[in-house]
Amino acid sequence: MYQELKTHLVRALTKGVRYDGRKLLEYRPITVEYGVSASAEGSARVRIGGTEVLAGVKLDVGEPYPDTPDQGNLMVNAELLPLSNPKFETGPPGEQANELARVVDRGIRESKCIDVKKLVIKSREKVWSVSIDICTINDEGGLQDAAALAVLAALKDARLPKLTEDGQVDYDAEKTKEKLPLTKDPVEVTVIKVGDQFFVDALTDEENVIEARLTAGITDKGLICAMQKGGSLPLTVEEIDKMLEIAQKLAPTLRKAL
Amino acid sequence: MTYAKRFDGRGFEELRPMSAKVGIIPRADGSAMFQAGKTIAYCAVFGPRDLHPKFMQNPETGILRVNYNMMPFSGHGERVRPGGGRRSKEISMVLQNALLPVLNLKDYPNSVVDIFIELPQTDAGTRCAAINAASMALADAGLEMKDLVCAVAAGRVEDKIVIDLNYYEDSHEDGTDLPVAMLPNSGKITLLQMDGEITREQIKEAITKAKEACKKIYEVQKNALKARFAKV
Repeated sequence: MYQELKTHLVRALTKGVRYDGRKLLEYRPITVEYGVSASAEGSARVRIGGTEVLAGVKLDVGEPYPDTPDQGNLMVNAELLPLSNPKFETGPPGEQANELARVVDRGIRESKCIDVKKLVIKSREKVWSVSIDICTINDEGGLQDAAALAVLAALKDARLPKLTEDGQVDYDAEKTKEKLPLTKDPVEVTVIKVGDQFFVDALTDEENVIEARLTAGITDKGLICAMQKGGSLPLTVEEIDKMLEIAQKLAPTLRKAL
Repeated sequence: MTYAKRFDGRGFEELRPMSAKVGIIPRADGSAMFQAGKTIAYCAVFGPRDLHPKFMQNPETGILRVNYNMMPFSGHGERVRPGGGRRSKEISMVLQNALLPVLNLKDYPNSVVDIFIELPQTDAGTRCAAINAASMALADAGLEMKDLVCAVAAGRVEDKIVIDLNYYEDSHEDGTDLPVAMLPNSGKITLLQMDGEITREQIKEAITKAKEACKKIYEVQKNALKARFAKV
């Protein structure tokens, strides 16, 4: 990025001005669409402004992990598809894709949004495996918040498939009407610090001048269920508190789109 | 055995409902979506742009690179492991051969035109949907093209030649899958594959019927491109 553009952006942001005319703590328009992939057991598309993310849930029957014999399995994976940004390349997930998936995973897992005990079919032997995949379609900034919202929406959209007599998934049969056992609605808000200003929902150019960011998972009761600090500059305790306050305040904006 | 009625009730030469949209991915230089029944293909085109690694560069012409990928949740049945395997590698290659004849990349030495194809949901006919989306995306990217490329799978189920097979026909035990891509204006064929037993007469019949079907696809593509560039 050109140094001049960077300087200009930082100067504008510290004055509270954004070049798409938004306020610092304002999201672009958010839309959620359900059932966008007939092949998945649950799926959703989230658009935040020009950014577009798909999330799909595949449900399968598997063995529980030895350390959690009475819980279903959960996995979150993200693909930063090369069609969504000229900078993304084919190949195994890099640092950014890995972080994206892991931070979404934490928000879902640690909020206990899925009641994993109810995913047990037979104790110690057979449980539901929930595989969630995030695919980016168009990246104009703010992938983290969009991905977390898309995953929550896809989980809400999911219906359990039928099982055959020998207990395997029957993908040919129509899905049942049974939903996943969801207990909470965690969403993620990324708050960004530039100069002494905080803002949310960064555009790609704004993401390039980020000094520090904090992603917080917020449940519908306003509790914080996951955090990830990013960027190279350190934050003070007061700043973290302020950023969390912003995240709590804005979480309902995202949830409203569901 | 007589295949009296298609699984989804279509006529034997009837295509699945199609829809197409151009310009779906703003960050790409060109993009398009093509849907046939439950099969959906998204395509983005980037370039001509710098080609890395450098040893792939050709000082005489730009090259075309195609990447076909199924999203992990897009398969019929179990989750598809990301990263692609031999199947997607082969499909990427035949797609490249199917699309290259309409392009002129001589003016872009040492560069690459990248085509990325992603499928969010599938029900057979993915390589054909990919071609239909990609040729619209190439046009959207403003590249010089001699023609569009249209593709459809013909095939045989029991005793009947059918067009645009769905998953159940494609995986029928007494069936043949014969995907065809053609240039609608010259009628030439740029992709041809086949698996299953079939007679030479049936192949001729299948290709002839696929050509007719491609004309309908061509109209859908043209309308989508016109809609993209219509004056507001």
